[in-house]
Amino acid sequence: MSNNFFIYVAIMAGVTYLVRMLPMVLFRKKIQSRFVRSFMYYIPYAVLAAMTIPDIFYAGNGLAAGIAALVVGVILALFERGLLTVAICSCVAAYAASFVQDRLF
Amino acid sequence: MANSKPKNLYLQGLRDGLPICLGYISVSIAFGMAAVSYGFTVWQALLISLSCVTSAGQFNGITLIAAGAGYIEIALTQLIINIRYSLMSLTLSQKVDGRFRLIDRFIVSFVDTDEVFAVASSKQGELSNKYMYGLITTPYFGWALGTFLGATLSAFLPEDIRQALGVAIYGMFIAIVVPPAKKQRSVLIVVAIAVALSCIFRYVPYVNGVSSGFAIIICAVAASVLGALFFPVKEAEKLEQ
Repeated sequence: MSNNFFIYVAIMAGVTYLVRMLPMVLFRKKIQSRFVRSFMYYIPYAVLAAMTIPDIFYAGNGLAAGIAALVVGVILALFERGLLTVAICSCVAAYAASFVQDRLF
Repeated sequence: MANSKPKNLYLQGLRDGLPICLGYISVSIAFGMAAVSYGFTVWQALLISLSCVTSAGQFNGITLIAAGAGYIEIALTQLIINIRYSLMSLTLSQKVDGRFRLIDRFIVSFVDTDEVFAVASSKQGELSNKYMYGLITTPYFGWALGTFLGATLSAFLPEDIRQALGVAIYGMFIAIVVPPAKKQRSVLIVVAIAVALSCIFRYVPYVNGVSSGFAIIICAVAASVLGALFFPVKEAEKLEQ
């Protein structure tokens, strides 16, 4: 953390709040642009996907842990398990994979 | 459920917010643990949760802060990740009733999370300020409580378990992205493009010199622009899912 923590938090909180507050306070009419609405629809998924891969491969203890977490997470998410279930099972998979990797290889 | 509705609008909101609160406590425990694992103190984690109240944004924020990212990089990344809220706030701004004051808009929008939005937008009729205050009360404090618990408990966990918990945030992201990608080909394609670009920014020489915050912005904006161009969303309802 080379910069000031409180400035970081102020920026995070400020940007997050402005994004939420301004439309609520300023706009009374719906956005008509189909392009903008479509863009906003896709943005969260694109952001989260780009954040997850490849970073998840380096988040656990070794590559096997990351791969196991991804595979288990995607399978459970395909069955539409909740956020917490998927998160916990990914952690368990990562732990198990790194455990096996450490002992066997 | 409908016949057991309390008359008082604030209590109605409280009741509807409770399931959100319980979900938040569990997710924010993971946030608290992640924050501590990145070197933040319990109080720093708590301050972030109390002031930002956003899951993906906070997780991304602590990752970037820990990596020593620049202020502009953080601001832009937060903007990109959280820009979806502007759409939700916009939708809610159409749904509030005539007695919703300006001050109510300033306060309620502070806790306009995905889940609060989901519950509020699915409610029949107009939204009163009392209902909205009831709705956001327990999720806000649940988010803080979970953060505190996660950050505190984390210190008692052994190293290998803490490391395994490092994948928790990605597990949550997967749980958010995969179900819509399964149902809608357009989301799947946008996600695939974002992932492909993200890998390019990580592994291809020269391009991998771009900092991770900006790389995410470029990946997400490019993928979403392509999505908006080739698969424009038809119904407003889709946006509110």
